[in-house]
Amino acid sequence: MVHWTDAEREAINTFWAKIDHEEVGHQALTRVLVVYPWTQRYFSTFGNLSNATAIAGNPKVRAHGKRVLDALGDAITHLDNVSATYAKLSQLHSEKLHVDPENFRLLGETLIIVLAGHFGAAFTPTIQATWQKFLAVVIAALSKQYH
Amino acid sequence: MSLSAHDKELIVKVWTKISPKAAQIGGDALGRLIVVFPQTKIYFSHFADLSPSSPQIKAHGAKVLGAIGEAVSGIDNVSASLSKLSELHAYNLRVDPVNFKLLAHTLLVSLSATLGAEFTPEIHLAWDKFLAIIAAVLSEKYR
Repeated sequence: MVHWTDAEREAINTFWAKIDHEEVGHQALTRVLVVYPWTQRYFSTFGNLSNATAIAGNPKVRAHGKRVLDALGDAITHLDNVSATYAKLSQLHSEKLHVDPENFRLLGETLIIVLAGHFGAAFTPTIQATWQKFLAVVIAALSKQYH
Repeated sequence: MSLSAHDKELIVKVWTKISPKAAQIGGDALGRLIVVFPQTKIYFSHFADLSPSSPQIKAHGAKVLGAIGEAVSGIDNVSASLSKLSELHAYNLRVDPVNFKLLAHTLLVSLSATLGAEFTPEIHLAWDKFLAIIAAVLSEKYR
C-alpha cells in the first residue's frame, strides 16, 4: 500500500478541486496526440487527427480526455487503494485495448505540463513532486494486470 | 528525428520571448529536477545548499539555459554548437544520459508554467524535439 503524507493528500485534493476535468483532459490528450503522433494509432476511430488544429477541435478527443480525467478522479477518491480501483481498467487496457504502458507515462508527463500551464508558479516543485508520485501510482495500477 | 523549418521558427520565437527570463527559468527547472527526482542531487553534492531556492542551483540552472541559448543560435548544427559541452559531459561529468530526459521534462514544465496558454501543443512538440536533440548531442561522445 502506498504511504501518503497529509501534505501530499492535501496537494492532490486541493488541486483536483480546481481542475476543470473536461478542459484539462482535453488539453492533455490533445498534446499527447500532437507531441507523440504515433499514439494516434490507438484512436483510429476518432476521425480527423491530421494536424494539431484538427486534433484540438475533434469532439471525440475532447470526450475521451474528459473520460480519462474522470477516471483519475476515481483514483483520487480511493488514494489508499488505487490498485484495486483500477483492476478492471488495467485489464481493459491490457487485454482489449493493447495499450503499451509506455503511453501511460507519456500521458502522465503531459498532464504535469498541462497542470503547470494552468497553475503557473503555484504548481511548485513540491506540488509537482506529489503529483508525479500520484501519477506513478496510477501508472503502476494500470500496468498491474498486464502479463 | 530532425527539426522542420516550422519547428525551428517556433523554437526561436519562444527563445526570443523567454530570454530575458532565461536565468530564472533555468533555476526553476533545475530546482524542480532535484525535488521531483531526488537522485539527481548526486551530481551536485558539492553544492552547500541543495534546496530549490539555493543560489548555487539557480546559478547552475541559468548556466544550463545559457547553453540552450547557444543551441538556439546554432540551431542548424546543434552538434557543432555544443561540441565542447558534449566532450565535458562525456569525459568529465559523465552524467547518466537518463538525466537529460528528466531535465528536459522539468524544463518543459517551467516553460509551460511561464508561458501558460502560449505554450501551445505545436510549441510543446518543437521544444520536446529540440531538447531531445540536445540530449542526444550531449551523449554523443560517451562511447
